[in-house]
Amino acid sequence: MMRETSLPRAAAPFLAFARLLRRYGFAIAPEQVSGFMQAVTLLGPRSMADIREAALATLAPPPDRHDEFEAHFQSHFYGGTSAVVEGDADEETRIKDDGGADDERIEAEQRQEGGELSSALEQLSSRDFQRGGDRLTVFRRRLSSALPARRSFRTVRTHSRGKLDLRRSLREIVSADGDVPSPLLRRRQALPRKLLILIDVSGSMKLHTADYLKLAHAAVQGTDRAEIFTFGTRLTRITTALRIRDREQALARAAAQVDDWDGGTRMGPTLLAFLSVPRFSSFARGAAIVILSDALERGDHAELETAIRRLSARAFRLSLATPLAGDPRFQPATAALRAILPVLDDLVDGSSVNSLTDFILSLARPAPAAETIWKRVS
Amino acid sequence: MSEVNTETVATSPEAVAQHLAASRYLADDSLSTAIFLAIRLGKPLLLEGAPGVGKTEAAKAIAELLGRDLVRLQCYEGIDAAHALYEWNYQRQLLAIRHAGEHEIDIYDDRFLIARPLLQVLKAPRQRVLLVDEIDRSDHEFEALLLEFLSDFQISIPERGTIRAEAQPIVILTSNRTRELAEALRRRCVYHWIGYPDAEREAAIIMLRAGNVAQATARAVATAVQTIRARPLAKPPGIAEAVEWANAATILEKGGSPWPEAFRRAIGVLIKDEEDLSYIAPELGSIVEEALA
Repeated sequence: MMRETSLPRAAAPFLAFARLLRRYGFAIAPEQVSGFMQAVTLLGPRSMADIREAALATLAPPPDRHDEFEAHFQSHFYGGTSAVVEGDADEETRIKDDGGADDERIEAEQRQEGGELSSALEQLSSRDFQRGGDRLTVFRRRLSSALPARRSFRTVRTHSRGKLDLRRSLREIVSADGDVPSPLLRRRQALPRKLLILIDVSGSMKLHTADYLKLAHAAVQGTDRAEIFTFGTRLTRITTALRIRDREQALARAAAQVDDWDGGTRMGPTLLAFLSVPRFSSFARGAAIVILSDALERGDHAELETAIRRLSARAFRLSLATPLAGDPRFQPATAALRAILPVLDDLVDGSSVNSLTDFILSLARPAPAAETIWKRVS
Repeated sequence: MSEVNTETVATSPEAVAQHLAASRYLADDSLSTAIFLAIRLGKPLLLEGAPGVGKTEAAKAIAELLGRDLVRLQCYEGIDAAHALYEWNYQRQLLAIRHAGEHEIDIYDDRFLIARPLLQVLKAPRQRVLLVDEIDRSDHEFEALLLEFLSDFQISIPERGTIRAEAQPIVILTSNRTRELAEALRRRCVYHWIGYPDAEREAAIIMLRAGNVAQATARAVATAVQTIRARPLAKPPGIAEAVEWANAATILEKGGSPWPEAFRRAIGVLIKDEEDLSYIAPELGSIVEEALA
């Protein structure tokens, strides 16, 4: 605030513009704002077009939000109040990161048990789970070694299978007066990639969420590189809750944190909300992302498409596991599925714990893109 | 190469555009503004855009405009410090130790240092322009390393100490946006998204770049390519492909094919994907005819 008063009054609109953009979720750093003002000074500015170019070059809005940026620019500098801003301003998706929310635990537990679905289905899924128990143990044990790996920038010393570590060897040689002792080897380290699981907890997924949460718990227990989120109408991070070793306790804690059990789905907006939190979206960077959802988006799927496209640009591999694919007659026929199919790496069966664990354990192995597989089927 | 003062070349965006045109690169207003700002603010320039819109060409033109050499660092998955910064010439060091015998020798002398692109630019910031090409292909660690380089323009070599640039070098980064770059990198740079040019500009580019193509051909190619790009293709044709198409069609025409036929037969240089080809084939005749009209 001190700085701002010492600036010339003419600079105020530029600062205000940066603030406006920040309010709408553009990430703008202070150095970018000062760069913006320097640029405007450098350019004259001779016209509004100069200011616009300066803003585009220094504030660097992402290309897919150019229209939105343009609207804000128009409304701010030309004074039109009716800026066309894409929906997320008014109905902001609520985001919840896990903190201590113990007091709601009992109530949520009751809610989780209170499914009054047809008994046949209920039995089927619980029987699946009985066998699923050992599966999950195996899954937990094998997960960290089965995750896709990436080669790290750092090298480690090794005694076999490596390249000559010339720098270290030379040091040795110098200290041994030019004698060549056995050469030292080094190898680039392989690190497991992150695993990001996004679980749909909306009403249409009711039958499967309990299984999915158990799977998520096993994943978190199996590797420290897993991150778990649930989404329905809201987005909730439940990784910390699932770190508790005892499954019942962990699931109860997680259940208490999720507020949108069995509600509607707003998949597009919640995934966009996920991406708009830098800390969350960095979980997605270079990760294997598995979305457990039926992708039944109500209404317009444009937002879902954008979100999936952005996710896939960040991800190492983006997979959608849908319980609907458990049916052999399943086809990716809905408009939303067809729209996102080209950017998905995998579209797989998510109807049982078995198929899911098998799939996640196979993530490191290459597979043809989802589109080619499903094209061949249809 | 003679040294050109940046302030005399970059007096205004228009002057930059003129100089670029002299180096056979046609930039639109917002690209020339971004280049002008990058030069004058002393910030790196980050160019993003689809493959084939002329990002690398822009960098070459900027180097020519400033009368400097272009040092290109092509990124790839797994690129590391030894490829980007510097490396010791260990073989020569060993030989030198042998050779020196009883004498003392400094094996961390300049003779044994292999300068990689970043160090090369650091050593002569006024004579060189650094192009970090396709940075989206490298991994995050490399991005972090670059971030450090771009903020301080210095490199620490443990055996030698820190080498600092005596002036702010000009750096251009390009990305195809196959993955998103770190926010920190984006905000250090002046940013420009290069889109496909409009038909008129593209015709001008084709005239400038292709060998001897008639103006009517250039215009027809530009119009047809615009229409083809609007189709949902897996790999929309870039500007370079459009130039090649114009060239190829001209050659075929001189070889005796009549006009619309020449375009159709030369399609292989424009669209290089089997599925795209079969998608566009039925429409191609009418697209070309419309463009020729």
